[in-house]
Amino acid sequence: MSDVLAELRGVSRTYQKGKEKVEVLHELDLDIPDGDFLAIMGPSGSGKTTLLNLLGGLDKPTSGSVKVGDAVLSSLSNSQLSNWRSTHVGFIFQFYNLLPVLSAQKNVELPLLLTNFSAKERAKRASIALEIVGLAERANHRPRELSGGQEQRVAIARAIVSDPSLLLCDEPTGDLDRETADEILNLLQTLNREHGKTIVMVTHDAQAAGYAKRTLMCDKGKLEAREETA
Amino acid sequence: MKYFGLIWRNVWRKKIRTSLTILSIFVAFLLFALLAAISYAFKGGEDVADAERLIVIDKVSLINTLPMSYLNRIASTDSVQSVTHASWFGGYYQEPRNQFGQFPTDPYSYFSMYPELQLPQEQLDAWVKNRTGAVIGREIAETYGIEVGDRIPLQATIWTKADGGRTWEFDIEGIFSSSEPRGSSAFMLFHYDYFDEARAFGQGSVGWYILRVKPGADPVQVANAIDAQFANSPSETKTSTEAAFAQSFAKQFGNIALIVTLILGAVFFTLLLVSGNTMSQSVRERISELAVLKTLGFSNGSVLGIVLSESVLIMLMGGLLGLGFGWLVVQGVSQAMGAFLPGVFLSPGAAVTALAIMLAAGIVAGIFPALKAMRLSIVDALAKA
Amino acid sequence: MRTIKQIFAVTWLNLANLPQRLASSIVAVIGVAAVVLVFAAVLSMAKGFERTMLSAGSDDTAIIMRSGSTSELNSGLSNEQTLIVANAPGVLKEGDATVMSAELYVIVDVKKRSTNTDANVPFRGIQAGGFDVRKNVTLAEGRRFEPGKNEIVVGRSAQQEFVGLDLGSKIRFGQTEWEIVGTFEAGGSVSESELWTDVRVLQGAYRRGNSFQSVRVKLESEDSLAILAQNLKDDPRIDPDVLSEREYYSTQAEGLSKFIRMVGYPLTILMAIGAIFGALNSMYSSVSVRGKEIATLRALGFGPFSVLVSTIVESTLLALLGGIVGGAIAFLVFNGFQVSTLNGPSFSQVVFDFAVTPDLLIQGLQAALLIGVVGGFFPAIRAARLPVAQALREL
Repeated sequence: MSDVLAELRGVSRTYQKGKEKVEVLHELDLDIPDGDFLAIMGPSGSGKTTLLNLLGGLDKPTSGSVKVGDAVLSSLSNSQLSNWRSTHVGFIFQFYNLLPVLSAQKNVELPLLLTNFSAKERAKRASIALEIVGLAERANHRPRELSGGQEQRVAIARAIVSDPSLLLCDEPTGDLDRETADEILNLLQTLNREHGKTIVMVTHDAQAAGYAKRTLMCDKGKLEAREETA
Repeated sequence: MKYFGLIWRNVWRKKIRTSLTILSIFVAFLLFALLAAISYAFKGGEDVADAERLIVIDKVSLINTLPMSYLNRIASTDSVQSVTHASWFGGYYQEPRNQFGQFPTDPYSYFSMYPELQLPQEQLDAWVKNRTGAVIGREIAETYGIEVGDRIPLQATIWTKADGGRTWEFDIEGIFSSSEPRGSSAFMLFHYDYFDEARAFGQGSVGWYILRVKPGADPVQVANAIDAQFANSPSETKTSTEAAFAQSFAKQFGNIALIVTLILGAVFFTLLLVSGNTMSQSVRERISELAVLKTLGFSNGSVLGIVLSESVLIMLMGGLLGLGFGWLVVQGVSQAMGAFLPGVFLSPGAAVTALAIMLAAGIVAGIFPALKAMRLSIVDALAKA
Repeated sequence: MRTIKQIFAVTWLNLANLPQRLASSIVAVIGVAAVVLVFAAVLSMAKGFERTMLSAGSDDTAIIMRSGSTSELNSGLSNEQTLIVANAPGVLKEGDATVMSAELYVIVDVKKRSTNTDANVPFRGIQAGGFDVRKNVTLAEGRRFEPGKNEIVVGRSAQQEFVGLDLGSKIRFGQTEWEIVGTFEAGGSVSESELWTDVRVLQGAYRRGNSFQSVRVKLESEDSLAILAQNLKDDPRIDPDVLSEREYYSTQAEGLSKFIRMVGYPLTILMAIGAIFGALNSMYSSVSVRGKEIATLRALGFGPFSVLVSTIVESTLLALLGGIVGGAIAFLVFNGFQVSTLNGPSFSQVVFDFAVTPDLLIQGLQAALLIGVVGGFFPAIRAARLPVAQALREL
């Protein structure tokens, strides 16, 4: 494998739940090489999503360091993190989280508002992203007028439009039927193989995990390798 | 009552929202209390008026005077039991802004005409004995810090003395108060005899007569008889009951009082609308929860009751606080400014109205979402959760 | 530049889903509208009253009354004293004649149209100079009264407000019948609330002998007031108060306009507090409804500052909308609305129009702005601090 893109060292994350402290992640070490497609599986509450949030700078570790690319996320301020997110990472959620008042095209353009691109350039890039996910012809539809699979494609286009190196997917197929789920997973695989995106995907679904290059099991705050998939 | 715990918890589910709602209801009813007290003052105390007392004034205008000779002619009119008189002095104490009612009159007949005015007998007697003596109402005494035994000067604005002076000095011989909680005693009384003799002009005239009709007599007939007696004379009279007089005087302020009332009324209902909507919204958000209650076996009636109690409770918390605070403010205002703004009073009637509005508004705010919750099938409601 | 673009984008998104939160937004708007409406309506009363009172007074007209009088009503001057005033230095002369009017001020009961009850209407006897000492008076209809006759010219406002004062009609006060022969206008000033007749006739009708209550004189210049006052003060035959007409009317106006302000400002503040609660409530619910959207935007890299600003902008825009609605209603309904009320010092009716002036509207909008900013601020902080990871998970 080539260079390491993300590096977690001794990461712990504790939450205060009422009077109790709950340690979700414990002294975790993880390297994610550039170009990886990593699936993380595990029971509910095992810390999968927390791990994803830490990688995306939505959350900070209680102790330990998170480094993605050149950025040490654990030492950035909130607004620095915002800035960093806008160019280095793309999120894909289980429930898509598209803005209902915007068309597909405008939803995809949203992250580009954080850049210095002209309106024309933004539109062009959004169109390309929509083309990549195969939805160019639905660009002017509102999320409500799209099927679940199409909404998720728009969300993926939104995640890749600012050309981040890292895509973080939280149960991206959790709300889809098998057939549509396979289409989405194929799309992610294509993004990984042909566009060189590093992907970290949290999932419950072993079949979904099968699309990844490797799978880690998350349990009680620890990670264990399962098996290598080619 | 066994649901009170549940209701109470629901009320405080969103602390900020509930607090804000209670605060705006508080403001609304504070406003209501102040408004009710002010409009009471504007009415000029017409509902404390004595139905058997009549006021006789000059027909052309209240500011014109009537001859003193009318006193005996009024007294000898059929069905008139007693009569007294008063005049407008219109002076000020120390500074022009310190104006209050000052009336030259006849001590004994005046106080027997107004039994609600309470003055210790020995003070009344002392006043009668002292030609330059005067008595003042409690509000005046408190506002200006005047005590029995003080000698106070009044600056005349109309009535110069025969010697050309404008300063009239009076010995305060007594302090009276009104036994009617709503009645005002914000004025001063002194001897007409002294006034009439010392003034530079206008001798032999009085401002107005006050008379009491015999029990059982028709005040309107008596009034007509008096006015007929003086018709076509240089000083024609207009006789009306005390209530009608107070009312016609209040109406001089005209539509202003009405406009202020309308504006404030609109505001009051706007505030109610705002808070009522928030309350409805909080019920709407929980419709699925109410459905859960139904699955647990709560009847439609008790679900309705729980929701309505919640909104009525919020209304009452804000409303009673506002009303109570308003009452304190009104008390404070009437203590501090009784002499300038007499008759400010939060009547029990207004408080009852306020209470009725709180209940009604609480029910209206809760009823629509509550009915919706009742009608909703359990399955649908749960699916929405 | 990027920050501004961000703010615009987030604000636009925010406003774009306003329709989903229509009910609570409308309620917030109504709340603010009510504040501005009440503020403008109540204070327009004070404004209108002051305008009516003050536009009657000019600086180069002096009014002379017996000293210590709080108004013309309780003043008194003899014929001799009015002549002393006429010949005093500082008074304007046209040819040989002094521009002056010795006047008598009484009150008559006339029914008010709006309530159909008796009201104290001022009835003034003036001399021939009465029209000249008052600069803005013009005869609008009919003719002037003829000296020595029971004829009246009536102010436009009085004619509109009270019953039985139409041109050509006859009206009875006591035992005397009067004919209305003319209508005058005085730029909406307090003079228009009055009835005027020949002072000699009024003295007779009211058995006032040869006495007057006030003298108005035109001054040579505004500075002559002090000279006139000094000369009259030094004259042992007269003990006068000498005021410019403007001063006189502003003291007459003081009580009522102070009272209206004393009621109006606290009322507005109280209501504004209520409206702030309303705005806070609506913005808190807006933030909680938008929680997921805000979290998504934050995950995409939008900063907390733009979320903060967008929330404040939303509440400010809603409040301004409310302010405009309230101000517009106040203007349409109340501006020019004619009322009359009893003015304490002269114990007589003053007819005036509500005046919703631009400065009142601006003050109202400022209040709305304040309500919007305060009402948006705390919810905005909550929005900006929303823990993104948690919000994404909850929804």
